[in-house]
Amino acid sequence: MIIAIVVVALIVILGAMLVGMYNSLVRLRNQVDNAWSQIDVQLKRRHDLIPNLVETTKGYMKHERETLDSVTNARARAMGAGSVGEKAEAETELGSALNRFMLVVENYPDLKANQNFLALQEELTSTENKIAFARQGYNDQVLFYNNKIQMFPSNILAGMFNFGKREYFEIEDRGEREAPEVKF
Amino acid sequence: MGTVLLLLGYFIGEYYSPGAGFGGMALAFILWAFMAFVSYSSGDSILLLASRAKEVTPKVHQQLFNVVEEIKIAANLPKMPKIYIIDEEAPNAFATGRNPENSAVAVTAGLLARLNRDELQGVIAHEIGHIRNRDILFVTMAGVTLGAIVLISQIFLRSMFFMGGHSRRTRSRSDSGGGQLQLIMVAAAIILAILAPIMAQMLYFALSRKREYLADATSARLTRYPEGLASALEKISKSNVEMKTANKATAPMYIVSPFVKVRQKMASWSSTHPPTEERIRILRNMMHGANYVDYQNAYNEVKGKSASLIPPSALEDKEKVEVRQRGEKLSAENKKRQKRDLDDLIRTVNKFAFVVCACGLKMKVPPEFKDDKVKCPRCGRDNPIPAPEIIAAAEAASRARKRPK
Repeated sequence: MIIAIVVVALIVILGAMLVGMYNSLVRLRNQVDNAWSQIDVQLKRRHDLIPNLVETTKGYMKHERETLDSVTNARARAMGAGSVGEKAEAETELGSALNRFMLVVENYPDLKANQNFLALQEELTSTENKIAFARQGYNDQVLFYNNKIQMFPSNILAGMFNFGKREYFEIEDRGEREAPEVKF
Repeated sequence: MGTVLLLLGYFIGEYYSPGAGFGGMALAFILWAFMAFVSYSSGDSILLLASRAKEVTPKVHQQLFNVVEEIKIAANLPKMPKIYIIDEEAPNAFATGRNPENSAVAVTAGLLARLNRDELQGVIAHEIGHIRNRDILFVTMAGVTLGAIVLISQIFLRSMFFMGGHSRRTRSRSDSGGGQLQLIMVAAAIILAILAPIMAQMLYFALSRKREYLADATSARLTRYPEGLASALEKISKSNVEMKTANKATAPMYIVSPFVKVRQKMASWSSTHPPTEERIRILRNMMHGANYVDYQNAYNEVKGKSASLIPPSALEDKEKVEVRQRGEKLSAENKKRQKRDLDDLIRTVNKFAFVVCACGLKMKVPPEFKDDKVKCPRCGRDNPIPAPEIIAAAEAASRARKRPK
């Protein structure tokens, strides 16, 4: 009798532990997804800003077709990227294209006095910063989640219910780690 | 501080009738709870009202909104703080709100006109640091406790002055055995009533200073750029414009003490903020990184002593946070343009209409102006003024567009 009670109690406790573990895995995965959507919003914002930027600057920069095209192309590639890793790579490229673009802008004092351009530049700087800050948050969450699904005992449950590892949003280029140097 | 308050209540209670010490304690507690409730539920609106801050839309100052949103993301706040601009030329800022879900950041127009983007980011990160560390609740509650202590001591000492002698005589006649004890109680009550406010104030100011350091550390950690806040603090402390709407009660809420005299004086036990120069030196000493550990190390170096400034849980975060590069080139400061931007900003906050004439002159039309046309003083053309309803509708529309995000 007593043995039966002990066994039942053990099963109940074990079950409760498993449920708790499962729920915490789900919570962590949702947090990763949420952190990712924070980045995604900002990346979209950046993509939305670029046609405007090109439109505003086109009239001033007649001899810089190449620079403008490289920005437009990088944007198209970034918008087509699928996985986190691909996105990170395409966005890195877009970032450096924008960097080069901003350096070229230096040579056009008229453009730098354009109110419309200044507003766009402010938006772009802000979006870069938001991406950088959101990226920190996302990578922290991914680290936490990946640790959890690889460590015993939660790795057993993670394997059973297909909790896959998540990718970091890494920007390789050392210079890209900082917000682009936006100069006036 | 709570202990000081309760002890004060106890001894005063004992003084009025022996054995009523705990009643006194309860009364002191009730008074405190009432004050705390009022400031918890409406402290932020009282503060915003007292400083005459006005809530603004992104249209008024896009950069300010962008910077606040950036730091909101960095600090992982659950909700965007409300943004207020104070119609003042003195550069300063404060944050308020009892928790991260209901918070607000207020900056003066003078601050916006003087700082560049990086500096503004440093200041906003300091304020959001206060919000995230829940300093506002902390400092408000400490302030309320201080207020309660001062109030009780004052009432007690004043009533002693008028009727104290009488009550003591009647009591010693009825209960001669406890005379000695009674005398000790009386002495304790009086001493405590005199000392308690001073003790509470010292505790309060020390707490307030420590929280300022902590918010500075948070700002450096969030922005990864201590120099931004350092140079902002430098600019703010150099300004000698006095804030008109600040008073002693609201002073601890600001990023730098709003009083010019206090700002330039050395620190003492009665200052709510650490000396600004010292804060700048600490931030500039953070050469190895921007994490909390680096701030603590820089603090120890500058002060020549170590004090536990930062909660140990934050110090355990060993991750190296690299200092980032400057976001924008420092442009040459143009005093005249700065002044004009500041004036325009204040007018926008005060709902002035801006009308640009065909000849290029920009006219600022006060909201009291009744005509629907204004004559250009340079070329004499008549210019229509957009009706305030239209402006308001445009603002509402832009707000509505922002919301479903």
